[in-house]
Amino acid sequence: MRSPDLLRHAWTVASKDLLVEFRSRTAILSVAVFVVLVLVVFNFGRDATAVSNVDLAPSILWVTFTFAAILALNRAFQLELENQALEGLLLAPIDRSSIYLGKLIANLVFVSTIEVIGVPLVALFFNVPVIQYLGPLVLTIALATVGFVAIGTLFSAMTVRTRFAELLLPVLLLPFMILPLSWAVLATGRLLAGRPLSEIAGWLNMLAVYDFVFVILAVLLFPATVNE
Amino acid sequence: MLRAEGLCHSFGAVRGLDDVSFSVQPGQTLAVFGPNGAGKTTLLKVLAGLIQPQRGSAHVEGGRRVIGWIGHQPQLYAQLTVRENLRFWASLYDASPSGELLTRLGLDEHADRPVRALSRGLVQRVAIARALVHDPTVLLLDEPFTGLDRVAAEALRRLLGNVMKQGGASVLVTHNVEEGTELATDVAFMRAGRFVHFAPRAGRGPGQVAEEYRNAIA
Amino acid sequence: MRMLQVGRWITAVGLVLLAGVYVRALAYTPVEASQGLAQKIFYLHVPAAIWAETAMVLVGLASVFYLFTKDQRLDRFAAASAEVGTIFCAIVLTSGPIWGKPIWGTWWTWDARLTSTLFLFLLYAGYLLLRSAVTDPGARARFSAVLGICGMCEVPFIHLSVYMFPTLHPMPIVLQPGRPKLPGSMLATWLFSLGVFTLLYVGFVVQRYALSYQREQRESHA
Repeated sequence: MRSPDLLRHAWTVASKDLLVEFRSRTAILSVAVFVVLVLVVFNFGRDATAVSNVDLAPSILWVTFTFAAILALNRAFQLELENQALEGLLLAPIDRSSIYLGKLIANLVFVSTIEVIGVPLVALFFNVPVIQYLGPLVLTIALATVGFVAIGTLFSAMTVRTRFAELLLPVLLLPFMILPLSWAVLATGRLLAGRPLSEIAGWLNMLAVYDFVFVILAVLLFPATVNE
Repeated sequence: MLRAEGLCHSFGAVRGLDDVSFSVQPGQTLAVFGPNGAGKTTLLKVLAGLIQPQRGSAHVEGGRRVIGWIGHQPQLYAQLTVRENLRFWASLYDASPSGELLTRLGLDEHADRPVRALSRGLVQRVAIARALVHDPTVLLLDEPFTGLDRVAAEALRRLLGNVMKQGGASVLVTHNVEEGTELATDVAFMRAGRFVHFAPRAGRGPGQVAEEYRNAIA
Repeated sequence: MRMLQVGRWITAVGLVLLAGVYVRALAYTPVEASQGLAQKIFYLHVPAAIWAETAMVLVGLASVFYLFTKDQRLDRFAAASAEVGTIFCAIVLTSGPIWGKPIWGTWWTWDARLTSTLFLFLLYAGYLLLRSAVTDPGARARFSAVLGICGMCEVPFIHLSVYMFPTLHPMPIVLQPGRPKLPGSMLATWLFSLGVFTLLYVGFVVQRYALSYQREQRESHA
């Protein structure tokens, strides 16, 4: 497995995915609608005296990001099933891991785009201070996102060929999302409340370890999902 | 150039391949005829490296890089243009699409249209272009003429001929005996995962081969 | 089929001994000072929890070996272990609240250990759902193996999360660094129960494996 080729082919696959998404734009629009919906509903649904914005903001952020991730994941391999392009990818003289990494990169770009839009929107509409914690916040969001998108990309390769594919993926993913998600929500909450970085260091470490383990695992296991 | 030895592969209780061995030399086209379920597609998939046989081995000189596959599915992205599709697939083989290929298939004027806007006949031609974009020397063809219009079928025959002339090899799998025999240098009949006949064509006409096939398979 | 019979015998012995555990726990083991009678569930709950997690680890190990060898027996074992693990997990989830209600005053809280056991259960449920959603046996075995390995790797994180969050749940007193903090007779009952659950696990898995094998034979001859 030669690294430069691996990454180069991964990038080829990723850029193809992003180009297709850019052309059709359906996923990004669905998520945009969802973000607006969440912001509006949460705003009218809460009692301002009972729940402070700072307590609510992490949940809003992560609900939105998770939805975006699931949407991206469902579409990732669906694209390859139409017209059997997956077979073409498997015939090509590229490492199977390139396919996985390419999909992972494309999914991450998609979810990060939502995150880059979502954080300022939430900060704006809920009047939550974000700028002073931007560094650690970005780190937290990045670590958690990598975790469940990595596992989700692996699982979507399997679920896409089953019945009830779109239903099965979130069900399979749920137990793997909960841990990184809860660490991320707690850390985000503490950050926005102005707690010192040392308090959330433990959770960030766990997220980093989780990512490390599952990204490597996903890369190793992916060939088993496509090879017969 | 292409060699299979003792290939065995089962799907549960069904024998996909049952001790299949043969080789194909440069310049040869092996046509494999057989009814549905005989194992023809499985054979091609093993040769292409898509399936790992449970026993035996298959070897293609040059590996996946030199293999071109033409099957039922176009393997194209509907939202991308013809040119973008070809560029993508070519780059996976570290190649770049040649203008000549587009011209040969009459695709020049459609090169920048998205695939989903093309008629079925055009899509088939783009699919052929996709399969040949990296100048493969070993062609694996799974019922390639099914549903092709006259123009595309003619173009495919010509392109196949070119590859053969340049010393390539191909394995063509089909249940249309007449059509396949025209292109073949060697002929095989396949039933229930086995080769029940494997010999050079040696001047036999399509009618004759079809007769032998009916006798062998019946 | 011989294997099925062996499995049934082991399970029967296990169930009889389980009754023995109850008798011992209720009659011969001292009542715990702060928690009273409710604590007796500990003898049922903890061994079940240990096996619920271990069963998932075994599913993972069998899956790893399956991906290397493609031996169908490993896939059958993984499926059997997953089903039995699900049952044990359900036992933990039902015995937990029964233990907790008298002591904590509530059936359920969203604390780390309860939530993570729930998610172990969801791991199992997902595994079984995936198996039922894939029709091709080869793909089913491969996909289950992938999920099983991910599940096995998730278990340590679930386990560790207990230490990370503040919780109402009692901290481990048996499986913890250092000597178990239980008095002699309680420890004996607990070990007895662990042995019984081990026997039950083996018995159920053997039966399930045998049933799977029988069904496969029937289907291939049909």
